[in-house]
This record gives sequence, C-alpha cells and structure tokens, in this order.
Amino acid sequence: MTLEEVRHLLDAEVLSGHEYMKKEVSKAFSCDLMSDALTSVEDRTLLLTGLVNPHTVRTAEMLDISGVVFVRGKVPDEDTIKLAKENGIVIMITKYTLYVSSGILYSNGLEGASILHN
Amino acid sequence: MRTVKGLISRLDLELVAGEKAIGNDIKSVYIGDLLSWVMSHVKQKDVWITIQTNINVVAVAALGEVSCVIIAEGAEIEEITIKKAEQEDIPLLRSNLSAYDLAVEINKYLELK
Amino acid sequence: MITIKLKYQVEKDDFMKAGQASSNLKKVLKQLGINSKIVRKIAIATYEAEMNIIIHSEGGSIDASIDPEKVKIIVRDRGPGIKDIELAMKAGYSTASQKVRELGFGAGMGLPNIKRCCDEFAIRSSFGEYTELSITIYHSGNNTEEGGE
Repeated sequence: MTLEEVRHLLDAEVLSGHEYMKKEVSKAFSCDLMSDALTSVEDRTLLLTGLVNPHTVRTAEMLDISGVVFVRGKVPDEDTIKLAKENGIVIMITKYTLYVSSGILYSNGLEGASILHN
Repeated sequence: MRTVKGLISRLDLELVAGEKAIGNDIKSVYIGDLLSWVMSHVKQKDVWITIQTNINVVAVAALGEVSCVIIAEGAEIEEITIKKAEQEDIPLLRSNLSAYDLAVEINKYLELK
Repeated sequence: MITIKLKYQVEKDDFMKAGQASSNLKKVLKQLGINSKIVRKIAIATYEAEMNIIIHSEGGSIDASIDPEKVKIIVRDRGPGIKDIELAMKAGYSTASQKVRELGFGAGMGLPNIKRCCDEFAIRSSFGEYTELSITIYHSGNNTEEGGE
C-alpha cells in the first residue's frame, strides 16, 4: 500500500514529506509507547500513534519508518514537523482514533508488523 | 619516486583539496565504494579511487593513510568533505575518467622507468 | 586495521537534543555502507541507551568505534547506578517518572531491547556512581546492501 493510499483511506492531511507519498508500506504498527515501537524491526513499516512529539519522529528515524500517522486529530508542533522534514519522513494527521485507523488499514490489507520477542 | 604531484600533472587531475600533501608518494591503487569494505582492504600509500563523496571518505582515507583520493567520473563533492580533506591534509582529486581508466593510467605511471 | 571513533556527550534531562547522538551515528554507519538491517539494530540499541542517560543519569557519553568487522559502543554515565541489574534487565521493570512516560518512554523495555539488538552485551554498574554498557554488533559478512531506499 502506498502512503498516498493510506492518506486517502484515513482521510488524512499531510504535514511533511509530500514528495514521498508514492513510497510503499507493507506493515503497520500502532502504539503510544515508543519503547514498544522500538521492538519492531521490520522493513517498510507505517507507525500509527497518538504520541505527538519529536521523539516519535526520532523513533521513526531509528526504525527506518517512512510514514507516521498521528491519530485522534492531534497536531504536532513545529519542532516535530521540522525534524520529520529533515529526515524525509512523511507525517499525516487523521481525525480517526488509533483503533479505527488501524481497523481501516487492516481491513484494506495492511497487515500488522511482527515484533521480536526475547 | 612516484608522487601525487606527478600523478596530478600526468593524468590532468583536478586538485580539490589537500595541496599541502601532494608530495606524498604512491605505491599502488585501490578501487572501492563501500566504505566499510574499503576500511579493511585499502593499504598505506594507495591511491584510492571512489565515487563516494561523503565526509566519511576522508575519515577512511586518513585512517588508512592513503596517499590521495581520486573521485572518479566527475562526481559532485560535498562541501563538508572538501573542508575535512583540507583539515586532514588528504589530497582530494577529481577526474572525469572512470575508475577503470584511471587505474590503467596510474599503472602506466607506476611502471615508468 | 582502520577504526573510526566517534564520541558523543549526552546531558541529563536534555529531551530537546534526545536522539541526536544516535541519529548522527546512524548516518555515519549508512554512509559507510553497512547493511541497513544491521544499521537499524545499532541505531535502536544506541537510541535506547541515549534515552537511558537522559532519563536516569547525571549525564554521560557514548563512544562508538567502527572497524571492518564490528561496531562497538560504550555507553557510560555518571549517576545513581543500578541497584539490582537482574531486575533492571527484566522486561517491564521501570523506575521512570510519569513525565518520561508521557514522552513515550519508560516502559521498562530499554535494557532488554538493547540486549536483543546486539551480539555481545555487558553491563556494569556501581550503585551511586555509574552505569556502563558495552554493546557490540558484528557487521562483516553482511556488507551487501539490498536495494536501499
């Protein structure tokens, strides 16, 4: 699924990385704890979260995540958007909740990313 | 003795940085673009030919004590890389020739009587 | 053998700069052409360790040495140290504050996650003085990059 399709399905607004909307994501991960996100190591993962701060973008950077969806209509601050732009990470915001956003993407074929267990 | 200076004039190379060290002598040639690989294979006094131009090229060149770096095929060099090469006294050269053609020409130079 | 050494200072409570050291290290490793999966593991381990310094200690440093076979990272902080290392290594155990949790950290996954990402892991701590992590990840034999971006 491309990031453009994700945007369409979630009726989302793009705040950074308009030029990367053709990038593909093959898995998704939803959480509000970045410590949890850091246990996922799959390629081309989309991150959905209600945690709106620069650490979310830093975490995405570490994980090579190309797209982050902020849910529940939360709007990130300037620092967060700036960091995303510097690192070529797409940020979009949707009014849907984390549960509904995940459900929409899942039912359209975007599977969950697996995590590594100890 | 074969020096970077001699090489520059013979191959008509562009001197981008590191003029202070063009008296370095040269022994052999190494070609490689994957820096982590180059780190384990490049030798002292090698002429290192690459198309990589990021700042870490200078770090690898300095630590590997190469005599100079030649950027092949006229690749664009990042400003920060040029500055770093100047600081570290690493002759940073550029040519429009391919790595292969450069190596062939350098070999001729090294074999001159 | 060529070894590239990088050193980063990390201040306590500096949440604004949090992640800069890891971000810089990650960029260097990418430029060196190290396999992207391995780079990601190193980035995750370093980022967790960097956050630990910021959250738990009085400040510290991250020293990375990169040679043709491996990346070794020494993370050393000044500070409270860890009373019970075995307990700290347990997934889910955390002493982080509510503020830190609101930032999305402090779930008690840091140390176990670092260990999971690396090939060799050692932790030493003296209660009331310091904590030192030694993290080693081998990258040779994985030099071939598949595809890239």
